[in-house]
Amino acid sequence: MRALVQFYNSSVGKKLIVGLTGILLIGYLIIHLFGNLLIFRNDCGKAFDTYAEILPQVVIIRTIEIGLFLIFIFHIVTAAYTWLLNKQTRDQNYKVRKPGQTSPLTSRTMFFSGSIVFIFLVVHMRQFWYNSRYEAGEHYSMYEVVKTTFSEPVYGIFYLIAMFLLGFHLRHGFQSAFQTFGLRDKTYAPIIEWCGIIFWLLIPLGFASMPLFFLLNF
Amino acid sequence: MNFTLKIWRQHDRNSKGKFVEYKASDISPDMSFLEMLDAVNRDLAKKNEDIIAFDHDCREGICGSCGLYISGRAHGPQRGVTTCELRMRHFHDGETIVVEPWRAKAFPVIKDLIVDRTAFDRVIQSGGYISVDTGSTPEASSIPIPKANAEEAMDAAACIGCGACVAVCKNSSAMLFMSAKVSQLALLPQGHAERKIRVQRMVHQMDKEGFGHCSNTYACEQECPKKISVAHITRMNREFIRAAFW
Repeated sequence: MRALVQFYNSSVGKKLIVGLTGILLIGYLIIHLFGNLLIFRNDCGKAFDTYAEILPQVVIIRTIEIGLFLIFIFHIVTAAYTWLLNKQTRDQNYKVRKPGQTSPLTSRTMFFSGSIVFIFLVVHMRQFWYNSRYEAGEHYSMYEVVKTTFSEPVYGIFYLIAMFLLGFHLRHGFQSAFQTFGLRDKTYAPIIEWCGIIFWLLIPLGFASMPLFFLLNF
Repeated sequence: MNFTLKIWRQHDRNSKGKFVEYKASDISPDMSFLEMLDAVNRDLAKKNEDIIAFDHDCREGICGSCGLYISGRAHGPQRGVTTCELRMRHFHDGETIVVEPWRAKAFPVIKDLIVDRTAFDRVIQSGGYISVDTGSTPEASSIPIPKANAEEAMDAAACIGCGACVAVCKNSSAMLFMSAKVSQLALLPQGHAERKIRVQRMVHQMDKEGFGHCSNTYACEQECPKKISVAHITRMNREFIRAAFW
């Protein structure tokens, strides 16, 4: 236990926690996206509604939910804590800085992109998860809720911005996690870079396709 | 060439510093940045004014003493050079150049552009000794080391400890510096005996000195005058995880 606390207290240990929880969260995104793609089936949302109805009845899903929630907390708290500590490492900043010449923007704005994604997450959970779980009546159709929500321009555009920032967050986050695990060496770096495209480009695009579909009234 | 310089002046550790403007006139494009500062200092000395203090020693890019934050870049705009190797021809005639010391809590300013980098010495000291008795100079091939490993260890050993990695890092992290030493010794058989304890102690000391976490922006690699690769940080992370769990 003492070794674990010591590990967590070290700078490398905290980064490892952020990376590990981040990768687990990305894993969840894949499952979430594949389930949600049922929305595009041409059956007026029947398959999607059945999927949304069955999902909370499966015990393992409920267990995973709790795990997922804990992972989120660990990811956010540890990342915010390191951000705060890092803020304290410089008393006086430079008069002239040219960070754009030495590092990509995505790597310098992880706290910002993460914060916006977090705000989105709260709104998203309230709108879909909480409503369907605790306030749903007998004739609750998830498909109808999604359709009305996404057809609303303000929410739809907010969703699109959040997905853009999620991609932005993962553009750096995915490869950065493997760097922290000590796996991003010469052999694996190009593979990690290519696999990253799935996560920072294709997955956010997949999620963004849903509000786009309803916004453009297909 | 003529330049306007805005230079950070600070009397000592505890006093408050400020930027002071100086003119550098008739500067040869072949002069190094430090020679240009020498010229400015010569003029200041003639006028009986306090000269600008800056660190320097070998002036050939191997000692790691010099290090200035020049117009927003560590060691100036050129890649792979120290401040002493930077030539004035890389600036425009009439340009205003802002010169600042490395800024990090772990590197407090001593005077003007000189910072206290003893935190680096303590990080190196915390790594400890190698207990393997290497004796006198051994036969070159008595310990077989793969060429690739020897080359990579040599690349890591090229670190001159100037502190540019800390200076440019948004978190003032010393990961590139510390990992270069961990990586170098982990790659060689002589360093294997203490590899676990070494990485743990060095990470601990780095944290204690007040350096920040690594955000993997890789800015350090871009600014390192010896072009030390972040692959050494990758190896150091691996060494640290290995030391903690098995």
